[in-house]
Amino acid sequence: MPALSILIWLPAAFGVLGALLSAFAARGGPSGASDANAGAGAGAEAAGRSWSVPGIVALAGSLVALGLAIGYIVDYRVGGAGLQHVTDVVWISELGIHYKLGISGLNVFLIGLTTLLFAAATLATNLRSGSPPFERPRLFYFHFMLAESAVLGAFLAQDLALFVSFFDLMLIPFYFLIGGWGRDLDSATRVQATIKLVIYTLVGSLLMLAAAIATGVLAAQQGGGHITFVLSALQATPLSTGSQEWIFLFFAAAFLVKMPAFPLHGWMPDGYRAMPIEVLMVFSGVLSKVGAYGFLAIVLPLFPQAAAHFQTLMLLIALASIVYGSAQAFSQSDARLIAGYSSMAQLGFITLGVFALNPQGAQGALLQMVNHGLVVAPILFIIALLAQRTGGSEDIRRMGGIAVRAPVLATLFLIVALATLAMPGSSNFVGEFLILLGVFKAKLAIAIIAFAGVVMASVYALRLFIRAMHNRVGPSVQSREISILDGAVLVPLVAVILFLALYPQFALHRSERSVKGAVLASEMQTRSVHLASRLVECQTQAECAPLEAIAGEARGYTGK
Amino acid sequence: MSTQAIPLATAHLKGPHVDFAGLSPLIALLGGAVLVLLLGLLGARWIRSQAVPTLSLLALATALGLTIWQWNADKSIVSGALRIDGLALVLNVVLIAGGACTVLLAWRSLAAREAAHGEFHALLLTSIAGMSLLAAAQNTVALFVGLELLSIPLYVLCATKLRSELSLESGLKYLIVGSVGSATLLYGLAMIYGATGATDFASIAASLSSGSLASDPLTLTGIALCVAGLCFKASVAPFHQWTPDVYEGAPTPVTAFMAVATKVAALGVFLRLFDVALISAHASWGPAVAVLATITILVGNVGALGQSSLKRMLAYSSVAQAGYMLAGVVVATQLGVQATVFYLAVYVAMNMASFAVIVARERETGLGDSIQAVAGLGRDRPLLAWPMTISMLALAGIPATAGFIGKFYLIDAAVQGGYTWLGVVIVVGSMISLGYYLPVVAAMWMRESPAGEAQTGVQSLPIGAPSPEAGGLPALAGGSPELDAASEGDATTDALGLSAPGPQPEVVLVAMLAGAATIFFGVIPQPLFNLVHGAGSALGLF
Repeated sequence: MPALSILIWLPAAFGVLGALLSAFAARGGPSGASDANAGAGAGAEAAGRSWSVPGIVALAGSLVALGLAIGYIVDYRVGGAGLQHVTDVVWISELGIHYKLGISGLNVFLIGLTTLLFAAATLATNLRSGSPPFERPRLFYFHFMLAESAVLGAFLAQDLALFVSFFDLMLIPFYFLIGGWGRDLDSATRVQATIKLVIYTLVGSLLMLAAAIATGVLAAQQGGGHITFVLSALQATPLSTGSQEWIFLFFAAAFLVKMPAFPLHGWMPDGYRAMPIEVLMVFSGVLSKVGAYGFLAIVLPLFPQAAAHFQTLMLLIALASIVYGSAQAFSQSDARLIAGYSSMAQLGFITLGVFALNPQGAQGALLQMVNHGLVVAPILFIIALLAQRTGGSEDIRRMGGIAVRAPVLATLFLIVALATLAMPGSSNFVGEFLILLGVFKAKLAIAIIAFAGVVMASVYALRLFIRAMHNRVGPSVQSREISILDGAVLVPLVAVILFLALYPQFALHRSERSVKGAVLASEMQTRSVHLASRLVECQTQAECAPLEAIAGEARGYTGK
Repeated sequence: MSTQAIPLATAHLKGPHVDFAGLSPLIALLGGAVLVLLLGLLGARWIRSQAVPTLSLLALATALGLTIWQWNADKSIVSGALRIDGLALVLNVVLIAGGACTVLLAWRSLAAREAAHGEFHALLLTSIAGMSLLAAAQNTVALFVGLELLSIPLYVLCATKLRSELSLESGLKYLIVGSVGSATLLYGLAMIYGATGATDFASIAASLSSGSLASDPLTLTGIALCVAGLCFKASVAPFHQWTPDVYEGAPTPVTAFMAVATKVAALGVFLRLFDVALISAHASWGPAVAVLATITILVGNVGALGQSSLKRMLAYSSVAQAGYMLAGVVVATQLGVQATVFYLAVYVAMNMASFAVIVARERETGLGDSIQAVAGLGRDRPLLAWPMTISMLALAGIPATAGFIGKFYLIDAAVQGGYTWLGVVIVVGSMISLGYYLPVVAAMWMRESPAGEAQTGVQSLPIGAPSPEAGGLPALAGGSPELDAASEGDATTDALGLSAPGPQPEVVLVAMLAGAATIFFGVIPQPLFNLVHGAGSALGLF
C-alpha cells in the first residue's frame, strides 16, 4: 500500500487540480468568461445538474481516496494491536512535533467511513439540480476536498500536536463551506450561524491546544527527556493525577463541543439549519466522530487516572445527551433537526460506551461511530430528496404520502430508519448492545436509564419515516421515484449498512485488540481503585487474602 | 605625572578603534536616508516618485546584505555601546523586511507625495536605523538614543497626510503620548543608574545580582518606570489608549510600519533590558509584567470586537499580540526569547498582508478602511482576498499558518517557564479574537460586494468630504509647489473619492508575499527556527 500521506493529501491535491483545470478551461473556452462560474459551463444546463470540471475532478479524487481506504481495510493485519503503515518524520524538531501517521484498529474503519461519506457527498453535490445555479464550484470543491484531507489527517495523526493541528484545521474549510454556500436563509443569519458554530468549536479546540502543549511539556519535565508529542511516547510517561485532571477537562470540552453533547450543543440547531445538505452529510457523519475518536484514541490512553476520576461525570453528560437529544428529536418538525438531535442522542450512546471504560463498551462505541455515520448521511440525503418532492420544505408536516409513487426510495429509507433505531439484526443493534453491556458492568443505574434512549430512538426514527412517507399526502407534495444517479449516492451506503448488519464481526474482529489497548489503562485504573477500596474495607483473613494476592500480582508487573 | 601622561597620550594618538564592519548596516541606512533626501530635491517628477523609493529599497537591500555579511558575528562595537549578536542581526532582518514592505506600500500613496517623497523616505530610513540601533543597544544611553531616533521620525510620518485632520491629529497625539513615554522611560533609566551606578547592561546586571540591590526601592521604582515607558512604546495595556486613534489617523503605509516595526523594536528592547540587565530582579518584575500581559491580551482582544474600521481593529489586535509576545519576555528563558523573536517575525508577515490589502482597497473603493471595503473581495479580487484571509486566520492562530506555530511556541515557552496560566490566558485571548477576525473573513467571502452602492454613495457625497486616503480639497492645495504639481494629475478623481487606482502591482505583491510567507512558515517552520536560534542563545539565558 502507498504511504498514508498520499491518502491524506490526495483529496486536497484533487481539489487544487480541479480548480486549476477549470481555470484553464474557462480561459481557453469560447466564451472566454473569467468569472468563477465558467466551470459550471454548458454541460451542467443540459442535464439540469450542476456538473462542473472541479466537481468531476473532486469526485474522481474522493473515489480514489475511497479505493485507497478500502485497500487499507483489506490490507489490515488482524493480529497486532500496534500501528501499521507508519510514517514518522520530524516536523518541527524544536517543539518535538513529529509528522507521524499510522493505522490502528481504532481508525481503520473511520478512514473508510470518512472516504465513503465524502465520496457520496461529492457525488450528491454534483447531482444538485440547477436552481439557483450552484455558484463558484471551484472554490466549493477546493474547500470540500481540503476538509476531507484535514479529517483524514485528524484520524491518522499519531502525534498529539499534529492531531490538534488537523483538528483545528478541519474547521476552516467548513467555515467557508457553510458561510459561502449555506442554505438560502438571508446571508446575515447564515453568517451569524456559521460564526457561532466556528467559535463554539474553535473555543474547544483552543483549550485543547493549551492542554496538549501542557501535556508535552509536563511529560518532558517528568521524564527528563526532550519534549515530544508522539502519542506512544506520551503514553509511556503518564502525568501526575492533578495535571491529568485539568488537562482532561480541556480535552473533554473540545470533544464534547464537536460531538455535540448536551450542555455544549448551542451551535447545533442553527448550524444544521444553515449548512448545505451535502456538507451536513459529512459534518454530521464524520466530524462528530472525530470527537468520540479523540476520547478513545487520545484521552483514555494518555489520561487514564483522570478518565477514571471523571467517569461518572462523563456518563451523566452522555445520558443527558441521550435523553435531551431523543426528546427533542421526537418533538421537532424540521427533518434536519430531527436528524441533528438524533445524532446528539446517538453520540451520547457512543460517549457512554467509551466511558464504560471496559472493552465491550469501547468496542460498541467504535462500531456505533461507523454505524451512525452510515445512517445519518443517507437520512440527510433522503431529506434533501424529500424536500425536492415537497416544493423545497424540509418540514415533516408538509411531507407525507411520498412512498406511494416511490417504492425504491421508501425501501431504502426504511432500511436506514430501521438501522437508526437499532433493529435487532442491524449492526447498530450490535453496537448499542455492546455499549449497554459495557455500561451495565460499570454503572448499573445509568445503563437502565440509557435503555429508555433505545426506546425513544424507535419513536423518532419511525415518526420521521411515517410522517414523511406515509400518512395523508402533503399539501404540495409531488411524489416521484428517485433517479439512478441519486440512487448511486444511497445504494452504496445502504449496501455497507446491510453488509455490517450481516457481518459485524468484520469490524469488531479487526478493532478488538486496539480497542482493548486503548481502554486498558483507564480500565485498570478503575479496577485498582475498586480493589484498593475493598482492601481497606475487608475484615477477615478469608476476605483479604485473595485481594492481596491480586494486588501483589499487579505489583509484580514491572514492564520489562 | 609624566609616566601616566605618556600612555594616555599614545592612546589618544592611536584613536579609538571603529569597527566599520559592525556598523555597516547602520551606515547604509543613514547614508541612504541622506541620499534619498538629496535626490528628492531634484525637480523631475519621475525622480521623486520613482527613483526615490527605488533608492530607499536599494539602501534597505544594502543594509540587509551587510547584515547577512555580519551573520556569525558576536562582538561589541562603539566601546561596548552596541552589540552585534544573533538577536540584533535577526531583528535587523525583520525590521528591514518590514521597512521594504512599507516603502512598497507607500510607493503611490498620497502621504508620500504630500510630504515630498524624499523627506518621507528619509524619515522612514532614519526610523529603521533607530530601530536597528535599539535592537543592538548594550547600555541605557544607546537605548534611549535609539528609541528617540525611531520615535521622532515616526511622529512626523504620522502627520504626513498634510490635508487630513485625522492624520495631523494622529501625529500630534503620538508626539505627546510618545514623549510622555520617553520621559517616563528616561526617568526610570536614571533611577536605575542612581541605584547601580552603571549604564551598561552587563554592569547593571552584575551590581543587581550582588547584595540586596535588586529589592531596593530605588531600583524597583526605576524598573517600574522603565516598564511603563516601554509599555507606551509597545502599546501594552493600560498604556495603549493612543494606539487605535493614532493607527486610524496615520496614513495606512505608516500605520503598517508602526504596527510592525515599532513592535519589533520595542519587544527587542524588552528582551535586552529585562532579560539581560534586570534579570536578577526577575522575581519582582516577572509577575508584574505577566499581569500586564494578561491585561493587555484581554483589553486588546475585547477592544477589537465590533470595530468597523479595519485599522482600529488591527490596532487593538496589535495590542493583544504585544500581550502574547510579552509572555516570552516574562519567562526569561532562552526558549522565551526564541519564541518572542519567532513570533515577531511571523507577526510582521501576518500584519503586512492585511495592511497591504487595506492600502489597496482604500485606493480602489473610497470606503476608507471600513470593513465594507473588503466585502465581496473573494469574488472580485481573489489575489487580495487570499492574503487577507490567511492573515486573519494566522492572527487568530489557525493551524497551517505561521501564527499557529508562533502561538504554539509562545505557549510552550510559557508552560516550560512555569507560567502555565499565562499560556491559558493566551488561549483565552485567541478565543475572543475569533470574534473579530472571522467576521472580516466572512465579509470577504460570504457577503456581496457593495461596489454598486459604494460608488454611487461616494459620488453623492459633497466634493470636499474628507475620505481618508483621497485627501480631498484640491482647491486648498496651495502649500508647496510640490503639492500642486503632484496633485494635479489625480485631483479630479481624488475629489470624487475614487482615486482611479490603476494597477498597483507592488501592493498586491506585498500582500501575496506576506501571505505566502505566513503559509510557508506555517507548514515548514524549520528555516525560521534556525534563524531565531541564534537570537535565543545571544542573551546568555537558559
